[in-house]
Amino acid sequence: MDTFFAIVQVATLVLFLVLIYRPLGDYMAHIYTSKHNLKAERGFYRMIGVNPDSEQTWRAYLRGVLAFSLIGVLILYGIQRLQAVLPYSLGMPAIPEGLSFNTAISFVTNTNWQSYSPDVTMGYSVQLAGLAVQNFVSAAVGIAVAIALVRGFAYRRSGTIGNFWVDLTRGTLRLLLPLSILTAIVLIAGGVIQNFNGFTDVTTITGGTQSIPGGPVASQEAIKMLGTNGGGFFNANSAHPFENPTAWTSLLQIVLMLAIPFSLPRTFGKMVGDNKQGYAILAVMSTIFVVSLSALSIFEKIGAGSAPQLAGAAMEGKEDRFGIFGSTLFGTASTLTSTGAVNSMHDSYTALGGMMPMLNMMLGEVAPGGVGSGLYGMLILAIIAVFIAGLLVGRTPEYLGKKLGPREIKLASIYILVTPTLVLAGTALSFAIPAVRDDVTSTSIWNSGLHGLSEVLYAFTSAANNNGSAFAGLTANTPWFNTALGAAMLLGRFVPMVLVLALAGSLAAQDKVPATAGTLPTHRPQFVGLLVAVTVVIVALTYFPAITLGPLAEGLK
Amino acid sequence: MSTSRTAGRQYWVALRAMIVFTIVLGIAYTALITGIGQLAMPAQANGSMIKSGDAVVGSALIGQSFTDSDGNALPEWFQSRPSAAGDGYDAAASSGSNYGPENSDLLAAIAERQQAIAASDNVPISEIPADAVTASASGLDPHISPEYAQIQVARIAAVRDLPVDEVQHLVANATTPRDLGFLGEPVVNVLQLNIALAALGS
Repeated sequence: MDTFFAIVQVATLVLFLVLIYRPLGDYMAHIYTSKHNLKAERGFYRMIGVNPDSEQTWRAYLRGVLAFSLIGVLILYGIQRLQAVLPYSLGMPAIPEGLSFNTAISFVTNTNWQSYSPDVTMGYSVQLAGLAVQNFVSAAVGIAVAIALVRGFAYRRSGTIGNFWVDLTRGTLRLLLPLSILTAIVLIAGGVIQNFNGFTDVTTITGGTQSIPGGPVASQEAIKMLGTNGGGFFNANSAHPFENPTAWTSLLQIVLMLAIPFSLPRTFGKMVGDNKQGYAILAVMSTIFVVSLSALSIFEKIGAGSAPQLAGAAMEGKEDRFGIFGSTLFGTASTLTSTGAVNSMHDSYTALGGMMPMLNMMLGEVAPGGVGSGLYGMLILAIIAVFIAGLLVGRTPEYLGKKLGPREIKLASIYILVTPTLVLAGTALSFAIPAVRDDVTSTSIWNSGLHGLSEVLYAFTSAANNNGSAFAGLTANTPWFNTALGAAMLLGRFVPMVLVLALAGSLAAQDKVPATAGTLPTHRPQFVGLLVAVTVVIVALTYFPAITLGPLAEGLK
Repeated sequence: MSTSRTAGRQYWVALRAMIVFTIVLGIAYTALITGIGQLAMPAQANGSMIKSGDAVVGSALIGQSFTDSDGNALPEWFQSRPSAAGDGYDAAASSGSNYGPENSDLLAAIAERQQAIAASDNVPISEIPADAVTASASGLDPHISPEYAQIQVARIAAVRDLPVDEVQHLVANATTPRDLGFLGEPVVNVLQLNIALAALGS
């Protein structure tokens, strides 16, 4: 019976995503290719001093991305440090330097890792004027970079790849803002709060007291999910009844996380002039998603391990209204995108269940991945797959009519090395430096033994992949983790972006070569299978030893 | 035009853009949504607060503990799930326990909770559902499973000197089926159930 309800729930989700795939994908293609500027946009461009009709080289585009992100970090850092003097701060003090640094990077990089407990740290001003703003614009930056790469495939002999400021503005004003307004209102109808009431003290029927929080939550919740951000208004994130009151709001939040990433392949297909290419990418993403979801759901339903066996089911860290499947579906969607929101506590999952979110992130978050970052991550893997196929048959690889020469393959190869290096080096250093190890094991790790290693491995996997979810028992508000995870988030976001934009520039400069009988078709099931295999094998080879020391060892003990 | 000047100009553009975005996305957007919420759906926007008699006693969405000041379960009320939020159902400090599946503290806590429920509700441990002995993700779960409500019915009826049927009736009223018939799980709202109990007593 449970399985039946689970399948109907997935079928509903799939139905929603199928219904929006074409309209949303086509709409995004329209946004990023239209020559027309809205009146409000023209005013905005004048105000910031940008000519919307001029296109940029990849280097200029990149400078825009980096300048905008750096300014974003500085402003967000400043807002947090000034919390004490801002209105609606609920009497909360300025946020300390190390935590402000970590949080500023976290939200600008679309990670939304939270080293802090928002309930007792962040007042309303920081939440809405600082964090929510980055929820919008960091998402728009991610989509912009993906679109720039798609233009690399679509353009011929072009020195430019679009205009960053135009892509940023249109993504924000035409896509994220209207959808957020709509969904925020629906969320309020479902019970998500939206007020400036502060804490309301009530006397309970047993004569005790309870201090019930307020806050502008719905407005933040909408963009938190839609922009695959994931930073909760409350510590419990989407498990908190005020963020996610019912099973249907939970499904809506899952739809929101997946809407843009799963529709971007359509945008890609449309822009390169071959919708079948979009379907192929979609098929790869969907295959990985379904397999991963099934694995996590089965592990949690079986409920192996001492505590779930003793209690009778793996309900520690799960909410009754969502149940086990409502939790695993959310957890899978959240970690296969770069969202990192949680409606159940991953730290309390069964050992093998807890391994799944980790593996999802280690895949590089490409199925379907974060807004924008998922598409460009998958296109990089497609380039690797085409290259491997080319090696097998001894031909120069081409993808979408573009030759993949040494420069392109080098950029793609470095791309897939960046995040694993950050994850493994960060985890290793946490235990290799004696002083750090003492601090990590005595202060930060919550569950001792193998599970403790998993907590640290999860943290670096989450940070370097810009996910933001956690094995939340880990106390990360320490100098080591604030700094090391901050660096991992920063490098994990921007080094890949540099490589992607360089790749976009070099692809755009090429002419298109016509397909011949020897060209590998990249829209057939054969290629879909190859790309799934490449994605999985790269992860398996990279992370297997680390996984063995943590969740696998705990699960097989 | 030198590269360094172009690069410098980008920062100036970025700064102005961030200021405008902060005003539009931070302030105007939040104000718009707050306005709509407060005008069109004030009950939900303000936390779905509920009353017992004339007094506001909590939110229908936020769980509470029904214990004495030392944390001992009060037998005349339906009990919520264990909670890791502060000292239990501290709505200002939402949190799960984050105990891993092999954590010895968690194992001890589960065993202790099972003993306590077996004693208070006079049921074998094998009949105690998992949600009764595990902490939720938020620590503020307003619900228990219908199974956990069932094993508490006899205790409530005895302590309050009520017919079992009447208590069963209240449980049925506080039970919500799956959303739309297939989403999530059937649940019992503990605070609403206890408010109905209180109304019966007075």
